Amino acid sequence: MSRIEFMQGNIACAEGALAAGCRFFGGYPITPSTEVAEHMALKLPKTGGIFIQMEDEIASIAAVIGASWTGMRAMTATSGPGFSLMMENLGFAVMTETPCVVVNIQRGGPSTGQPTMAAQGDMLQCRFGSHGDYSAIALSPASVQEMYDLTAEAFNLADRFRIPVFVMADEIIGHMREKLVVPDTVPRVERKPLQKGNLPFRADDDLVPGFPTFGRGYGVHVTGLTHDERGYPCATSPSVHEDLVKRLVDKVESARDAIASCDIVNPEAQVVFISYGAPSRAVQQVLHDTRRDDVGHLRLKLVWPFAESLLSRFPDAETFIIPELNLGQISREIERHTDRTVIPVPKLGGALHDPSDLAGLLEEVA
Amino acid sequence: MTYEDWFREDRLPHIYCVGCGNGTVINCTLSAVDQMGWTKEETVFVSGIGCSSRAPGYIVTDSLHTTHGRAIAFATGIKMANPDLKVIVFTGDGDLAAIGGNHFIHGCRRNIDLTVVCMNNMIYGMTGGQGSPTTPQGALSTTTPYGSQESAFDLCGLAAAAGANYVARYTSYHVKELTRAVRAGLESPGFSFIEALVQCPTNYGRRNKFRQVLDQIEYFKSHALLVQKADRMREEGKKIPDDMIIIGELARQNRPALGVRK
Repeated sequence: MSRIEFMQGNIACAEGALAAGCRFFGGYPITPSTEVAEHMALKLPKTGGIFIQMEDEIASIAAVIGASWTGMRAMTATSGPGFSLMMENLGFAVMTETPCVVVNIQRGGPSTGQPTMAAQGDMLQCRFGSHGDYSAIALSPASVQEMYDLTAEAFNLADRFRIPVFVMADEIIGHMREKLVVPDTVPRVERKPLQKGNLPFRADDDLVPGFPTFGRGYGVHVTGLTHDERGYPCATSPSVHEDLVKRLVDKVESARDAIASCDIVNPEAQVVFISYGAPSRAVQQVLHDTRRDDVGHLRLKLVWPFAESLLSRFPDAETFIIPELNLGQISREIERHTDRTVIPVPKLGGALHDPSDLAGLLEEVA
Repeated sequence: MTYEDWFREDRLPHIYCVGCGNGTVINCTLSAVDQMGWTKEETVFVSGIGCSSRAPGYIVTDSLHTTHGRAIAFATGIKMANPDLKVIVFTGDGDLAAIGGNHFIHGCRRNIDLTVVCMNNMIYGMTGGQGSPTTPQGALSTTTPYGSQESAFDLCGLAAAAGANYVARYTSYHVKELTRAVRAGLESPGFSFIEALVQCPTNYGRRNKFRQVLDQIEYFKSHALLVQKADRMREEGKKIPDDMIIIGELARQNRPALGVRK
């Protein structure tokens, strides 16, 4: 039987991770994400798991990647400044195809910015922040329930695609308290093991190689250098590099539609709000208050990779209105996939969009 | 088995220059691992970036060649997650003491059960010979063309002060002693740190009056001073010349170790 709780978003995130079988947390205190670490520190030792507070965020993600190679589901949680510090090692996780989950409870930036206020300013950083070409998977919870559900799902995506998966929440969702239905179990997709005799970095048809867990006799060499299918450094061959990086990108991008996750309201609408994370709550209020059938809502639970096919689910849409707690980071992505009118509604400072402002904008548009 | 059984022969030829001291340290380390009777399945090598850090790629076990300076942090995750694994870190002076200095001291403080072997060539070898935190004052490098103005780090003193359970220093001249020291480190629970001074003829020696490979090895031999003898000299009020290299077992403590199965 599922049970009902009243819980803070960050704690729901930690509970979702535990339910998904996460048994390693490496982290460093940072507002507004610290409750995730604190809750893992409280709970992991009781489940036979490992909590370790590292000396900085660089070491945190390093320890998480190391733990993942022993076969454990491993995660960290941070916010903007810590996320910036993690970028190099996140690229290492991409290159070495290491599954792990990174939760970013976004706050106002740049720099130290607004530690206690919400923002969505890291949405492009999670996609492009580490050097080189790669692709990323980023989820965006808009409720305490989704802090639980999407964090659990992040581990499945990480293990399936062997990449770091980002849970890009924000201070509002992380710190709000609301109802949570805790399910008995969460769906679990296991990491595909490397078949003995196969080369460790030769991908299967899904473009993902089986995972050679350390300590099982695979004798695998794992390097952030460009490597061949044996895992051996091969850093000067143009074709080896091109083939590897294209596969790392393609294994995610080719699954764009398959893993797309969203809520759709009024698909026949002419005016459609597109949102993710906290601003979704303001949009939901507008829809609730106006009760207009010609106003739709596309709420992205999975932001990256952006599945442009979702836009065609609104065939009559003439205008997309996109409220974000940044200066239009995802609006730009949507603009490049549509010839319809795109109206970004950027907002900085930490406060959520006022539903009445969005309703006023709606009146002006249609 | 011998140490040779631990090599990945299909990776040869290796990248090290003629006369490089790193091979000696790798051989000493693998000899010590072999003497421990550990299996290849349970042994993991971890490294960062630099010449030293390419070593795990030549070893048949599972290995993780990570980012610059971060090897100890990655190794901490591996060891905490699976304490049954024997985790050995290869690093260099730039990797360990410059970009990775914070992870080094925190590894020592935690006393995480790793054995860290540092090939200290006193230079950034792979990038072409820039000054490092262990480049001696006055030594020439491509970024200290008028002689290094800075003091060098005492890596072993740092490790001991930060709490490592086992600390030793030798050089590429001291093959038997170095092997014994690595073995002692492998046997010792907690953080073990073994510094091996190595010659880098390509990027250190030729700029610093070691015209032949053997010249720098001879220097190590003639300037090595066993720690017990150094202690005696201090007791007798004798001054130890600044350019002497104190070798031997420099610290052995019994602080509680992290990452050991209870």
